Amino acid sequence: MNQYDAIVIGAGHNGLTNAAYLAKAGLEVLVVEKNDYIGGAAVSRELHEGWIYSSCSYVCSMMRQAIHRDLNLTKHGLILVPYLGNVAFGDNGETLVGYTDEEANYNALRKISPHDADAMFRLHADLARYAQLIRKTLLRTPPDPTSFRPRDVNELLWFAKQFWGLGEKELYEYIRFFTMSAADYLEDYLENDLIKATMASAGIIGTALGVYSPGSAYILLHHVMGDVDGNIGAWGLARGGMGAISQSLAGALQESGGEIRLNAGVRKILVKKQKAVGVVLENGDELYANIVVSNLDAKRTFTQCMDEDDLPPGIFKKAKNFKIRGSSGKVNIALSGLPKFNGVPNNRYVNRGGQAFVGSLETMERAYDDWKHGCWSKDPFIESVIPSAWDPTVAPPGKHWMSNFVQYCPAELADGPWTPEKRNTFGQIIVDKIERYSPGFRELIVHMEVRTPHEIEAEVGLTEGNIFQGELTIDQLLFNRPFPGYAQYRMPVKNMYMCGSSTHPGGGVSSACGANAAREILMDLRLGNTVPDDDFYDE
Amino acid sequence: MSDSNTVTVDPFEEERPKETHFHARMAVLNIRENWAAWNGYKLANYFYDAEYEYFCVRNGCGTYDICGMQKYFVTGKDAEAMLNRMVTRDISEMNIDRVTYLVWCTDEGRLIDDGTVFKLGHEHFMLTCGSPSLAWLEKSCYGFKDVSIVDMSEGIAALALQGPTSCEVLKKMGLKDIDTLKPFGIKHFPFGASQDKPLMVSRTGFTGDLGYELWIKPELALKMWDSLYDAGEDYHIQPFGEAALNMARMEAGFIMPLMEFNEALKTIHFRHDHTPFQLNLDWLVDFKKPHFNGRAALLREKHDGPEYTLVKLDIEGNKPAEECNVYSDKGCENEIGYVTSAMWSPVVKANIALAMVKTKYLKGEIWAEIYYNKELRSYTKVSRCTVKEKPFWTHSRSRATPPLPY
Repeated sequence: MNQYDAIVIGAGHNGLTNAAYLAKAGLEVLVVEKNDYIGGAAVSRELHEGWIYSSCSYVCSMMRQAIHRDLNLTKHGLILVPYLGNVAFGDNGETLVGYTDEEANYNALRKISPHDADAMFRLHADLARYAQLIRKTLLRTPPDPTSFRPRDVNELLWFAKQFWGLGEKELYEYIRFFTMSAADYLEDYLENDLIKATMASAGIIGTALGVYSPGSAYILLHHVMGDVDGNIGAWGLARGGMGAISQSLAGALQESGGEIRLNAGVRKILVKKQKAVGVVLENGDELYANIVVSNLDAKRTFTQCMDEDDLPPGIFKKAKNFKIRGSSGKVNIALSGLPKFNGVPNNRYVNRGGQAFVGSLETMERAYDDWKHGCWSKDPFIESVIPSAWDPTVAPPGKHWMSNFVQYCPAELADGPWTPEKRNTFGQIIVDKIERYSPGFRELIVHMEVRTPHEIEAEVGLTEGNIFQGELTIDQLLFNRPFPGYAQYRMPVKNMYMCGSSTHPGGGVSSACGANAAREILMDLRLGNTVPDDDFYDE
Repeated sequence: MSDSNTVTVDPFEEERPKETHFHARMAVLNIRENWAAWNGYKLANYFYDAEYEYFCVRNGCGTYDICGMQKYFVTGKDAEAMLNRMVTRDISEMNIDRVTYLVWCTDEGRLIDDGTVFKLGHEHFMLTCGSPSLAWLEKSCYGFKDVSIVDMSEGIAALALQGPTSCEVLKKMGLKDIDTLKPFGIKHFPFGASQDKPLMVSRTGFTGDLGYELWIKPELALKMWDSLYDAGEDYHIQPFGEAALNMARMEAGFIMPLMEFNEALKTIHFRHDHTPFQLNLDWLVDFKKPHFNGRAALLREKHDGPEYTLVKLDIEGNKPAEECNVYSDKGCENEIGYVTSAMWSPVVKANIALAMVKTKYLKGEIWAEIYYNKELRSYTKVSRCTVKEKPFWTHSRSRATPPLPY
């Protein structure tokens, strides 16, 4: 069969979400995937026998519960397990243990700074207030501020109402917040550098900004706005690795009769008379559909999979200039045992929680400087978690694996292209750094997968390996995402849509982009909306 | 102040809750010092984090102290006949080394308690239940010559091990062929230096997942704990408390005394207790067997149909419908029942509840009036409820023999 109602390009979690909703509405849907496995960046891979890496994304807090519930993903095997505790490591061997229990956490902070222990309550309340507002927008299509259509006007009014609901003072604060740096924002609350650095680190993850760069405060919010079962800011792991999310979405899709075709990379989106009519695969096969949905990032979609001539003037340029810079690497390490870290109590919860090698604000900024000069950070920020300490299914009994997210690592090096040798050197820097905090770490290593932006782009297809499918800065958020005028998932060519993280609300394993795009498609087809809203979660 | 050499008498000794056979180990792990009590024993509400412990049951495995559960040996030639007259289920076909879940009622067919019967020998049964039942058991012996009841509640240490990795842990602990044990089966194992088989394991539990219960002499309790935790270290073992148990059992759709039902013998108002039919336990009432307690009343109930029926509700939104009433209309004018237990289910990602609803309204709309509060302000919302036939959570591994890989 080569004729479908809809073809979705890319079996990442948003593509599968989108396809699942289209199939549920009765459409004949095909998802084409270039790899011989599904999941995109939400993937579990057994690269060494017995160890299952979440190769790319590694933790989850933004997954929309409304979608999980509506698509019955639990039935299709998805269980999200929260993990507890976090340890931040400073440059000089200081540690800050973040406990789940509020009282314990207060005591730990107080040991370092009584002032900050107290100030943290205000910081969390303020962040929670901002997060609540943003969270309400996740499963909504951004209004077009220049349009006079009733739907856009109504939606703009809704937005205005939410903002005004903050009160006058907070409204000013909020607007300031969007343009501030994480470090400057925290300056108003905290005095201790390790505590500041720990909080600020969430402001740089996945982005080509430093802790002192304007805009990083919002990224911080993007990372704390998620929740696991109402515990705001908590992070969870998918049992079986992040691939379990994609697998469960695929299960929901297939239950509704949807199809997935592997090893089916798209060479071109076929356009006839300014209408998308199908795709040409890498192998030359032509597949036709009334609707084509791209789950690829905006830059890849328009500059690699479409002819400039098929697009209205300007779009190609916009896509070319879309900010999607590679800034991070990922090092997955299989271990023969649980590593022990200096200065961390040997208790069964915190010695296996998450680790953040933050150093200090200064160290993180210097790490950014290296990136600007086209080099990986010599003393990088690393955010780690040991999923096997919480999930018995991802490593043999007693064995573990550690996910290390590394910032910064450029997509293009100043001294010429990436080579396997350079990649290995980058990997060794990470091992060296961890070894500094965990003597004997190196001896535990059984297998290692080092991923620079180069590998991430080659394998997953994310341009420059940018984990968000485009920077999350105000110029590329809400009605500006991916481009002004195209934020409602409809693309400049008729019958073509986008559903990936390049669209609102951006990066993260949330299923929101895919679901929002499905809502717009179903509306255009007059099929009636079956995508749930999640307004009630913050009532 | 007394000096350290003087032995002081604790004036509160009698008032303090007793410590179970596993207390020494559990106290160390009860970081939050959050204790509840059960039949006079200290029992953790939670140890570290209730939700985390709940997830251990769904993800790794957890242990739950059931020393506080009541255990009675019922022995003698008439033991089976006596039990069969007392309970509503027919136990005469039970094989040795099998367990069965059952309930018993008053002559009026009102539920006294639920529990399990372990058939340990032809004339040897163990009955377990949540509340002390010695008086009722002895009363139930009336007319039987050869039956004796011994309260073993303090004489047996019992620990539940529940969760997907539980079978692996027992295997690692050296329990040979544990994976061939079928649901509701019993096996006996050697343990420690003992030549006989002092460790009894039943494939039973209260969480709806794969799980076992371990029974042993009190003097071996701590040794068993250590051996279990050594084996479980790499399989994510963690003690869980009452809070996590309550979450797991609600997802599995199991009933709890003082939540779903009020024990008949403790009920003041005659309309406040229940029949097995109201609790959806029809399958536990066997009219084919000879006379049993409450038979005539239950026959009538079966014929007339229960006024209320316990149902599983999936409720819109995410606010748990704790202690709220349900209505047949959104305006909440016609009250048709009440919620007995409610929670947000972290595994299913659904707002679930068990509720007693007037049977004749079950086919129509059901609305719950939910109260919740945020930062000291209380709010009300009315949410639509959908009746679910199946448990909110089940897993095929809990029924398979050998259990499916975790």
